[in-house]
Amino acid sequence: METDTKLRKFGRVCEIVDKYDRNPSKLIPILQEVQKEYRYLPEEVMTYVATCLDMSPARVYGVASFYANFALEPKGKYVVHICDGTACHVKGSGAIKEALYKKLKLSGDKPTTDDLMFTVEAVSCLGACGLAPVMTVNEKVHGQMTAESAEALIDDILAEEADNA
Amino acid sequence: MLKQQIDLNTVKKEYQEKADALKQRLIICAGTGCVANGAMDVYEALVDELKRQDLNVTVSLQKENGKAEDGYYVSPSGCQGFCQAGPLVTVQPQGWLYVKVKPEDVAELVKETFVRNQPLERLLYKNPADDKIYAKQEEIPFYRGQNRYVLGDCGLIHPEDLDEYIAKDGYLAAKKAYTEMTSQEICDTMIASGLRGRGGGGFPTGKKWAFTLVEESEKKYVICNGDEGDPGAFMDRSLMEGNPHRIIEGMMITARAIGADEGYVYVRAEYPLAVQRIQRAVKDAEAAGLLGDDIFGSGYSFRLVVMEGAGAFVCGEETALIASIEGLRGMPRPKPPFPAQSGLWGKPTVINNVETLATVPMIIHQGFETYRKLGTEGSPGTKTFALTGHVVNTGLIEVPFGATLREIIFDIGGGVTDNMDNPDPNGFKAVQIGGPSGGCLTEEFLDLPLDFDSVRNIGAMVGSGGLVVMNRSTCMIQVAHFFMQFTQNESCGKCVPCREGTKQMLVLLEDIMEGRADQGTLDLLDDLAQAVLLGSLCGLGKTAPNPVLSTLKHFRAECEAHIFDKRCPTGQCKALAIPEILADKCKGCTACIRKCPVDAITGERKQPHVIDPELCVKCGTCAQVCKFNAIVGV
Ligand SMILES: Cc1cc2nc3c(=O)[nH]c(=O)nc-3n(C[C@H](O)[C@H](O)[C@H](O)COP(=O)(O)O)c2cc1C
Ligand code: FES
Repeated sequence: METDTKLRKFGRVCEIVDKYDRNPSKLIPILQEVQKEYRYLPEEVMTYVATCLDMSPARVYGVASFYANFALEPKGKYVVHICDGTACHVKGSGAIKEALYKKLKLSGDKPTTDDLMFTVEAVSCLGACGLAPVMTVNEKVHGQMTAESAEALIDDILAEEADNA
Repeated sequence: MLKQQIDLNTVKKEYQEKADALKQRLIICAGTGCVANGAMDVYEALVDELKRQDLNVTVSLQKENGKAEDGYYVSPSGCQGFCQAGPLVTVQPQGWLYVKVKPEDVAELVKETFVRNQPLERLLYKNPADDKIYAKQEEIPFYRGQNRYVLGDCGLIHPEDLDEYIAKDGYLAAKKAYTEMTSQEICDTMIASGLRGRGGGGFPTGKKWAFTLVEESEKKYVICNGDEGDPGAFMDRSLMEGNPHRIIEGMMITARAIGADEGYVYVRAEYPLAVQRIQRAVKDAEAAGLLGDDIFGSGYSFRLVVMEGAGAFVCGEETALIASIEGLRGMPRPKPPFPAQSGLWGKPTVINNVETLATVPMIIHQGFETYRKLGTEGSPGTKTFALTGHVVNTGLIEVPFGATLREIIFDIGGGVTDNMDNPDPNGFKAVQIGGPSGGCLTEEFLDLPLDFDSVRNIGAMVGSGGLVVMNRSTCMIQVAHFFMQFTQNESCGKCVPCREGTKQMLVLLEDIMEGRADQGTLDLLDDLAQAVLLGSLCGLGKTAPNPVLSTLKHFRAECEAHIFDKRCPTGQCKALAIPEILADKCKGCTACIRKCPVDAITGERKQPHVIDPELCVKCGTCAQVCKFNAIVGV
């Protein structure tokens, strides 16, 4: 049973690798698609990709760990990015980050809540600087934030989750 | 099967007929800023309301749809630049601009605009400086001071409508390049135009192409650098989202100029909409036979691949970007060989910035003489800037080179704001130009005509075009620290001066912010900056010390206050702050006196208390226990 699900899991990875003709130079788009599937890059999947592309697992891991967008740990259901680019920084993004860290009991070293609900990360420039300070929740942009409005946003999500549960 | 070649004139004519049959057009800004503020809800509400009013509304002028006689066309556009006032709605042909439009405004908007045929005053822009109301977009000071040469169509055309792009004379320049010009002629025209790369370096584009043209190789590549990683910059994003065909056309011309048949558009992962728009545009261009084989019957081929980045600032550097496309860690390599000689998979490659490529079709179409009329001798043309920070009108702007910072910040930007976003006429402190490779400029440079060379001469960089305005409450040491933190994080780790040097510079800056610095710190910082500047492998390290050096130079007094007086003049550096009790707020309750662990607070009951700065350890306990918010500076 367990091997069955595992096989099915790798089946999807197989499709992705085949879509790119098992071309080693397409490693980055392959990992991007695999990550969309799992929401992070599990170690065994990276090893599997390496075998498919006929390269060493170290090479895959090297690429995966180099780029910030590849996650080697599972992320929360809601990924919150707080912009700490120049424009947002001078408009007080630090306070928003602190408020959310405090509210969700997180820190720079522990970005994801234990229930895998939220991941909070500071990122540099989301490219919506005209609306600084900016944050995104699962890629939806929220502009002109304050610590209070950011907390309210989290409360809304929590309330919605509670309703759905 | 032989593919039908697209006839640009017919497409243009057909589109024009449809557009002329319209009565009015509503353009809703669908740039990232306006969408975040709810522009798409406004869009839907407008379409619904027009339908409800039984007006003949259309949402697409595509070929399949018939003419909308006396109709109303509602379309999205790319960023119109005035992000501060979004969501924006423009009414054509009148040119009225509505700002901060909400779905609940829509019924009234439709009634006034279309039924009574006059602008709805309540939604027009009102200048906070003099309360004057402006109906037309072009009259608003924010727009009046600009020359939207590259960005112009960005906020007008439907970004996903190839026909409209063609109706605006799109792809005519590509046709000219493929059917009437030789590669050498294209390179010569670009050299004569004096166009310089907008990606930061300012290298002459024509020269770069000519170097690549002379390389003999069966395979050559063109790459569009859409990695725009500078924090505080979003010009390239807006172009990719708002006018993707222009970039494709620019790449086609580049390919023809150097003899390439394949190209890559590398877009930053943080820009999902840009990726989507470019992909769509590539598909449409392929379907129309603009990309593929035998372009315009010339016998030449050109194909495009869109690639999404994976989040590494250093991949904006050209050799790192090439490594990333090859599926490797995005680390720069030493130059030479330059990409012109050995680029993607070892083949001659031209890599240009988005804005550079978007300028190319206009130069070919209008001729280099027309282009040279804009800007300065050494830096012809215009430059887009992302104007952000403590400024009244934040947004995306474009001015000819030679404009001054004063014009940009005060005329277009409407002046400086305080921390509560209110205008503050005396608030200007500095403007950061060029992102992590640039520097902070002070008031004395406000009247300097901006171009590549003048800015470099004062130790900053035009860079990609981020302009972050800072008001007088900003601590410049913290700003320098912020950039150092950025470059230190983004250093790829390949070369020691950059990897270790930025880290140590960061530590030295922390010493200054936290009161541990002395003259030695300053000297060491200076030495280290020189070492990193000279010893680093790529532009990231070579320019990383700029923000620090420019702060040391232009804000000497502020640095010295931190180092020698252990004082932060703006009160932003927590470790240097001296807690103080505001006499008018203190009720004399003695709560702080009782809680202070080092007995640094004295005072009589019902009398204002005072803190002895010599004894105080800045633990902040007093501020926590004070019920009257009388304690500041911790
Ligand atoms: C660290 C670093 C980051 C860079 N980031 C970008 C970028 O985001 N976009 C860009 O167009 N050029 C960037 N560049 C410049 C490119 O290396 C290259 O010079 C440029 O894309 C050439 O195009 P241009 O001649 O049209 O300016 C960066 C350079 C360095 C050293
Ligand atoms: S600095 Fe925050 S979006 Fe650009």
